[in-house]
Amino acid sequence: MSESEKKKAQAAANKPAVFGEDIDLNKYVGAAELPPYQPDPSRLPARVKEDMLQSGVILDDSSQRSGTYIQMDNAPIHSSIRQEGIEVMPVSQAREKFDWFADYWWRAVAVDTDKYTAGVEIGQHDGYFIRALPGHKTELPVQACLYLSKARLAQKVHNIIIAEEGSELHIITGCTTALHEDPGIHMGVSEFYIKKNAKVTFTMIHSWSPEIAVRPRTGVIIEDNGVFLSNYVLMKPVHSLQMNPSAKCVGENATVRFNSVLIALPGSNLDVGSRVLLDAPKSRTEIVSRAITTGGNITARGYIEGNAPEVKGHLECRGLIMEGNGIIYAIPELKGTLAGIDLSHEAAVGKIAEEEVEYLMARGLTRQEAAATIVRGFLHVDIAGLPPMLGEQLKHAIDTSEKDVM
Amino acid sequence: MLEIQNLSVTVEDREILHGVDLTVGDGETHVLFGPNGAGKSTLLMTIMGFPKYRVTGGRIVLDGQDITSLPVDERARLGIGMSFQRPPVVRGVKTREMMEACLKEKGDGETVTNLAAKADLSDFLDRDINYGFSGGEIKRSELMQLMAQRPHLVLLDEPESGVDLVNIALIGQLMNDLLQKDCPMRQRRCMGLIITHTGHILNYVNARTGYVMIDGRIGCGADPHEILATVKEKGYEECVRCLLRNTPEGKVC
Ligand SMILES: Nc1ncnc2c1ncn2[C@@H]1O[C@H](COP(=O)(O)OP(=O)(O)O)[C@@H](O)[C@H]1O
Ligand SMILES: [Mg+2]
Repeated sequence: MSESEKKKAQAAANKPAVFGEDIDLNKYVGAAELPPYQPDPSRLPARVKEDMLQSGVILDDSSQRSGTYIQMDNAPIHSSIRQEGIEVMPVSQAREKFDWFADYWWRAVAVDTDKYTAGVEIGQHDGYFIRALPGHKTELPVQACLYLSKARLAQKVHNIIIAEEGSELHIITGCTTALHEDPGIHMGVSEFYIKKNAKVTFTMIHSWSPEIAVRPRTGVIIEDNGVFLSNYVLMKPVHSLQMNPSAKCVGENATVRFNSVLIALPGSNLDVGSRVLLDAPKSRTEIVSRAITTGGNITARGYIEGNAPEVKGHLECRGLIMEGNGIIYAIPELKGTLAGIDLSHEAAVGKIAEEEVEYLMARGLTRQEAAATIVRGFLHVDIAGLPPMLGEQLKHAIDTSEKDVM
Repeated sequence: MLEIQNLSVTVEDREILHGVDLTVGDGETHVLFGPNGAGKSTLLMTIMGFPKYRVTGGRIVLDGQDITSLPVDERARLGIGMSFQRPPVVRGVKTREMMEACLKEKGDGETVTNLAAKADLSDFLDRDINYGFSGGEIKRSELMQLMAQRPHLVLLDEPESGVDLVNIALIGQLMNDLLQKDCPMRQRRCMGLIITHTGHILNYVNARTGYVMIDGRIGCGADPHEILATVKEKGYEECVRCLLRNTPEGKVC
């Protein structure tokens, strides 16, 4: 956009991220040929639709969604809305359409955070723009799919999500790939702006493959009485995934909740955290993460900072090592900068307790059933605030992952 | 019929039970008394089949079948069910799920809702199993799960401990339901073996025989009310003396 942002991005083009493996971006190619626009996404190839469905994106029944955005590699191939008061379009289009657009561009995420944010700014980019107008509430979710299909591609995405005052927006994002053995990288910047009395639920399902690197960069700004509820599920193997979305409560009574469910199959390297800055009085947060490894490595981070009176935060991080030589490294961090705040955490890493398995077996479950029941229970975080349909879908995604684990 | 023959059990390299004999006939309920640490829970855990309780001698026979080396879940499916003295908390697994799993095996038209109402635990179905339950709630939840399982050998480990006076009658009711006490003896197949530390439960459940276990040995197959009276009056010391006389040669108390 502006010259200064381009300049900052250039300066940060080789800046490694604070966490995670440093990926050599030169291994990847920039542009893919542009796929054609698809006015009716139900006519996409069956295999593509199946991949997308796995990550929660429904294309055959548009009545279940209030809007849809699909990006194939680096090009938007579809965007549509079915409900008044909601806007869904490529960011490239929103930039042309709204003169205030620049107020939301690189305002929740710094362009020079690292080489991945810089890369998104420098390279060709598009992404989704989703906005709920003041007072408008969606019941059906807006869905967005980011699909990586070309081998060796660097997919660069920049999303802007705005919930205007008093609005309510439910979003489900599925990120997935057609690639099975080929490498590729997904770099995704997402900036959320949650205005006074607005609520956003953001459910993201990732389904990658063993040679893919993934570097999402997310920033959230929440104003007075705003609510941001994020649910993240990672299923399927992924070569390297590092993200540490950061939410900043700038208004009184702002609420943030991050739930994440991570499965590390052999060969997966995950470094996933959530950061919340409680900068306004009475703002509060809960971070809940569940990590299971069957041989992959997981670093599960959580960071809460309390900088205002009467803030409250809790961090819960639990890891389960199923077998083999997987590693779970849980790093819960709390920082308080004044009296009268209330921050706490609990972290536990271990294997399935034999005592619990035997207890269930004494009720007639086989060892396998007992272990599966315990794993399923471990993965099901209590999700309040999601519309029932999304809750069901999230549950389905988690159940699918459970099968990979058992 | 449950026959326990000369059973010796070792836990973590220490022999806890030393040659225990016990027989429970069809339709009968027996009660086991004894001081803390005597090995009462060990006996029940061994009958249920937990691997940590290693049988080093003797055998357990249920309805003619030697079950001494069967895994826990197979015993459960043969109709053995146990309420635990201190069951573990299972985070993330809802009590309802557990109940449904227990009922699935049976399918006799009973419902989770019904059983929860009986046990006064309707509000607990959507809570993690035993998580944050009070002592009495744990006991009721254990009995409720057993009612879903409908075992024909019911093992109850101190079902009344930690239960207040109001709830003890309810516990008694649930136990009688489990043990088919309203069914005439001749038709009743259900067997019960109940550990009681205090004996309170005798006011609610009609038990045929009582035993005292001390230091991993069992004696005194007698009227449970008489045993209780003796223990109350003279303490377990009297039973120790009695058990000392109970040498391997002459097993009469
Ligand atoms: N799982 C166990 N691990 C180690 N020791 C045990 C275990 N279970 C029982 N014991 C020991 O066995 C003895 C008998 O215990 P228990 O059967 O629980 O007695 P009771 O139920 O009669 O109070 C005690 O000394 C106890 O410490
Ligand atoms: Mg005991």
